[in-house]
Amino acid sequence: MALINKESVKKKMGSRIAANNFAKFLFILATSFSLLVLGVLLFRILDEGLPYLSLDFITSFASRLPERAGIWAALVGTIWIMTVTAPVSFILGVGTAIYLEEYAKKNAFTKFVQINIANLAGVPSIVFGLLGLTIFVRLAGLGSSVLAGGLTMSLLILPVIVVASQEAIRTVPKEIREASFGMGATKWQTIRRIVFPAALPGILTGTILALSRAVGETAPLLVVGALAYVAFVPENLLSSFTVLPIQLYNWTSRPQEDFHMLAASGIIILMIILLIMNSIAVYIRNKFHKRF
Amino acid sequence: MKKMKSVYLLAVMSLILVFAAACGNKSEEGAAGGGDLSGKIKIDGSSTVFPIMEAVSEEFQAANPDVQAPVGVSGSGGGFEKFIRGELDLANASRPIKDEEKTAATEKGIEFTEFELAKDGLSVVVSKENDFIDHLTVEELQKMWLEEGKVKTWKDIRPEWPAKKIEFFSPGTDSGTYDYWNEAILDEKPMRRDAQLSEDDNVLVQGVTGSENAIGFFGYAYYQANKDKVKAVPIDGGNGPVEPNAETIESGEYAPLSRPLYTYVNNKSVKENEAVYEYLKFTLENAGELASSDTIGYVSLPKEKYEEQLKKLDELAGK
Repeated sequence: MALINKESVKKKMGSRIAANNFAKFLFILATSFSLLVLGVLLFRILDEGLPYLSLDFITSFASRLPERAGIWAALVGTIWIMTVTAPVSFILGVGTAIYLEEYAKKNAFTKFVQINIANLAGVPSIVFGLLGLTIFVRLAGLGSSVLAGGLTMSLLILPVIVVASQEAIRTVPKEIREASFGMGATKWQTIRRIVFPAALPGILTGTILALSRAVGETAPLLVVGALAYVAFVPENLLSSFTVLPIQLYNWTSRPQEDFHMLAASGIIILMIILLIMNSIAVYIRNKFHKRF
Repeated sequence: MKKMKSVYLLAVMSLILVFAAACGNKSEEGAAGGGDLSGKIKIDGSSTVFPIMEAVSEEFQAANPDVQAPVGVSGSGGGFEKFIRGELDLANASRPIKDEEKTAATEKGIEFTEFELAKDGLSVVVSKENDFIDHLTVEELQKMWLEEGKVKTWKDIRPEWPAKKIEFFSPGTDSGTYDYWNEAILDEKPMRRDAQLSEDDNVLVQGVTGSENAIGFFGYAYYQANKDKVKAVPIDGGNGPVEPNAETIESGEYAPLSRPLYTYVNNKSVKENEAVYEYLKFTLENAGELASSDTIGYVSLPKEKYEEQLKKLDELAGK
């Protein structure tokens, strides 16, 4: 008796291949749809934005006349916000992740904290803006400053960083921890010298992706009191400021075509910043990635 | 760990770079001399008034480089909220201050003065391809935009018009434009539910351009910038149909859809801060010309109106 009934295999082959091709076609379609939309978007932005893109555009302040307008205040404001947000969210986020993964007892309370952090990652950004307005701007008396804006942004992306860092720490194999303990290292020594470096690529990737999100956010900063027309760059942490997305939003909502083109040029700059940040993430991941 | 070190180095280097970039501009600013006026003016409020104030701030700061006059866009309501807390010198608004806002300000001991900067004419627009509509009366507008009016096709408004389904486009409920329409046309009754709302007026322009049977309304500036794509409907407010243009809006003949744009000033700021007084004076002297320029697209007030307000300002400041 033959183990395989060749006749029935042959009979089914046609439909199996068809199903296989259909699946392949479906996924190619899905991919090309996204690519097509991206392509159209990029083409439109580049088509509209390139004519206005120049060094003057980067180094001038906003203006009522499109040909004089630039994004300097917004660009520098964005960099200032990032200078506050990056260290604050990194230190608090990674610290929380290390505590939750390494020190915290796995009890109901930890689980409760865990669920809340995951939930916070999905809270609309404007809610964080209101929180920032109440706590940093009014209660702490920071005013509508770079510091208040940066701290609000840190709150916004903290949950994402915590979750990503926890995930990264969890992927460090138990064996190398045990080996470290076996060599007589303390818990802190193990975390500092073994776990943290091994988890770093994952942590940094998560952090930079979260920061990229913060770069593109408008709503929370508008609530905190970021301005729309600023003809100076922030001098210190308590200066008022504007950021790129606010400037862009402002231009796109104007009736005149010229301002829409300015917005497109600004979007190109914002895309370049995001591209740089993401390539740093990719670079770090590849350079420090270790497989156990 | 060698790799760790280079990460730290990278981090530190990027921080230094950022600070260097941020600090480098300070000297630039100090170098530019000019008027001896200095200080800071806090301005926030309506995004409709924003283009005027942006222009005023830009020109004012060009003449007085040591004054900082940034402008925010928290919206008319958001601006008043901050104004009442005493956080602002000037609150821009595309509607007059509400009674409850007045009361709140009085409770907080904030005294203020209203200044009119320019006028906007809400334009009712239809597609260029719509050839039968010659004008609409305020009653017709109300009937077609109210939920209770039960209008579905053009025929429901006037029997001689085609029985084609109308599509409605309106600014979002958060905007001052919606508020004004609500008061002037709808009498605060609910707007029809099938109207498509958008916070971005450019979306409304696209909506009306794209459909032969669409009708919508938005600020005069959006009509002006899109004159080649949409057609404004003359409005009959009781004295015959009037088309929105610079003259009819300025004179108020385009009623009831000409709306004034305001800024509210904290009296204390005018008296105590020389920069605020000068800024406001500059605003009243130049707002008309700036507001009606091509890149802004509003309509200036009659000259006398500005002069009157300048006098009011001087009295306020005790000059």
